[in-house]
Amino acid sequence: MENNYRLEIKNISKTFGEVQSLRNVSFQLGQNEVVGLLGDNGAGKSTLIKIITGYHQPDEGEIYFNGQKVEKLSVPKARQLGVETVYQERALAELQALWRNIFLGRELQNRFGLLDVKRMKEETHNLMVKSMGFTSTAVDPDSKIGTFSGGEKQGVAIVRALYFDAEIIILDEPTMGLSLQETRKLINFVKSIKQAGKAAIFIDHNIFHVYSVADRVVVLDRGRVAGEFRTSDITLNDLMDKMYKIAETGHFD
Amino acid sequence: MTNPVNDTAIDRQSPRQNQRLRLRRFLSSNGTQLGIIGVFVALWAVFILLAPRTFLSPQIYRAFMSTVPFFGIIALPLTMAIIAGEMDLSFPAIMAIGMVAFAYTFQFTGSVPLAFVASLATGSAVGLINGIIVVGIGIPSLVATIGTQFFWRGAVLVLLGGKGTSLIVARESFLYNVLVGKMFGYIPMQFLWMLLATLISWIILNRTRLGAHIYLIGDNAQSAELMGVNTKRTRLAVFVLVGVASAFAGVLASLTVSFFWPSLGAGYLLQTLASVFLGGTSVFGGVGTILGTFLGSYIIGAIEAAIVAIGLTGFWTKLIYGLIIILSVSMHAVLRRRMG
Ligand SMILES: Nc1ncnc2c1ncn2[C@@H]1O[C@H](COP(=O)(O)OP(=O)(O)OP(=O)(O)O)[C@@H](O)[C@H]1O
Ligand SMILES: [Mg+2]
Repeated sequence: MENNYRLEIKNISKTFGEVQSLRNVSFQLGQNEVVGLLGDNGAGKSTLIKIITGYHQPDEGEIYFNGQKVEKLSVPKARQLGVETVYQERALAELQALWRNIFLGRELQNRFGLLDVKRMKEETHNLMVKSMGFTSTAVDPDSKIGTFSGGEKQGVAIVRALYFDAEIIILDEPTMGLSLQETRKLINFVKSIKQAGKAAIFIDHNIFHVYSVADRVVVLDRGRVAGEFRTSDITLNDLMDKMYKIAETGHFD
Repeated sequence: MTNPVNDTAIDRQSPRQNQRLRLRRFLSSNGTQLGIIGVFVALWAVFILLAPRTFLSPQIYRAFMSTVPFFGIIALPLTMAIIAGEMDLSFPAIMAIGMVAFAYTFQFTGSVPLAFVASLATGSAVGLINGIIVVGIGIPSLVATIGTQFFWRGAVLVLLGGKGTSLIVARESFLYNVLVGKMFGYIPMQFLWMLLATLISWIILNRTRLGAHIYLIGDNAQSAELMGVNTKRTRLAVFVLVGVASAFAGVLASLTVSFFWPSLGAGYLLQTLASVFLGGTSVFGGVGTILGTFLGSYIIGAIEAAIVAIGLTGFWTKLIYGLIIILSVSMHAVLRRRMG
């Protein structure tokens, strides 16, 4: 059981200049588990997930995928291992066409090693119709992302993470800029990750969202793990009380 | 040209709306390129009206075919560098240092092909050094390549003692004819090399992952890195491309006049930059096309001829190129502000 985690990180620390963003953080993600990450602004949530996606290298600590230790994790390596991410900063290129954004860093090639532009545009179109629910006929795979609304941009970032059959989906404040309706769709989607037997890490400042989808919540406070709870063991009200306590005192009681 | 991807969305509209939508899409995704084609045709007409004797004679077009590639071939990869958010001002000196390698190798081996390979290798190496200074050490490319520009120009002068070299003997080589001869005794080979360079550049920029990453890095380098693009390798590659193209252009320019001047390239700085910016490439990165630069370099070539034909002095060319650079760069700044 212990070694059967889809992802496990041990004693990770990360410092940016003077700021210690993470200190000695350990974290596990089960094979079929949705974990919510909670914490104040600057608690280190995004830093933690950027270590998992291979964008930041930790100063110390170890990372295991399915029990295998991974050295020098990089973004392409993490994506190969099945990690797909919706970053808080969206990670879009606004002057570029929609299809380039969908396939950013993972451009499809034909057998001559050249870009398969036609297929990328077709896939993009299918995704828009099926998943993004774009209704405006003015939007097409060649549209520049910069002209999209905030929610539409967020939609692109989300759909992009779904396209590539992920094992672990990381969502860093994905509901940012989404309408009520879209948010509900997203929450249902996170639930469907669970049903599909995959795993997810879900970060959101809205504790209701996190509570409703997560099997377990991990609370970060000023770069360390302050505690964790199974959502089945705690009521929403109790969780909220504990969050206030942590914000004020740095510990639960 | 129909695009199967767009069609389903379009089908739901009435045929009229349909057409208009198609047109709008076509204009919005090809606007800059259509603009540059428009400028190209309009200027051509103006030149023919102002100097019919020059611009209606075939000789002038043969002259363009052979002289524009000297800077056009560099403007193509420079377009990629600028799209990637970088700048390279060292290419005039790379033309010359590449020719130093050519001249020495030719002197010792008597072989033009070997000398040619030596110059291309030198160009790539110098480009790689630019890349390492920019990417590895982290110096802004504008500053780094002003520095390397002086360094390599200085190296050329030191190595040659400031004197030029005759390349008359090289004319006997078959490669001379392949590089700067005339096809069917009429079409300058330089023009064919320019076409080939344009085709290769187009494929790199539009049909390879390197090209896709060039656009993405110039647009938003952090997004590209978050999504796993190897930004360092991509940026290194564009400097190498500029380096090898510069050395190649240096060989063409020198063989054409059968002489290597140590000042080779100094006159091309303005034309090359003006071609890129006139062609619609944004100095802010993320935007630009190969077709635009191709047309841009022929417009720039024609402007010089036009100025002379109209009877103005050559001093005007610098003024006009400078103006073109300022105007086209500003136009992008304005467009960008309106969009964002
Ligand atoms: N690239 C960086 N360089 C310097 N400091 C950084 C960097 N990334 C994060 N930090 C610092 O690390 C700390 C944690 O930041 P992080 O983005 O992980 O917080 P967060 O929990 O995601 O907050 P939020 O809820 O606001 O998104 C902050 O103090 C931040 O300033
Ligand atoms: Mg964050």
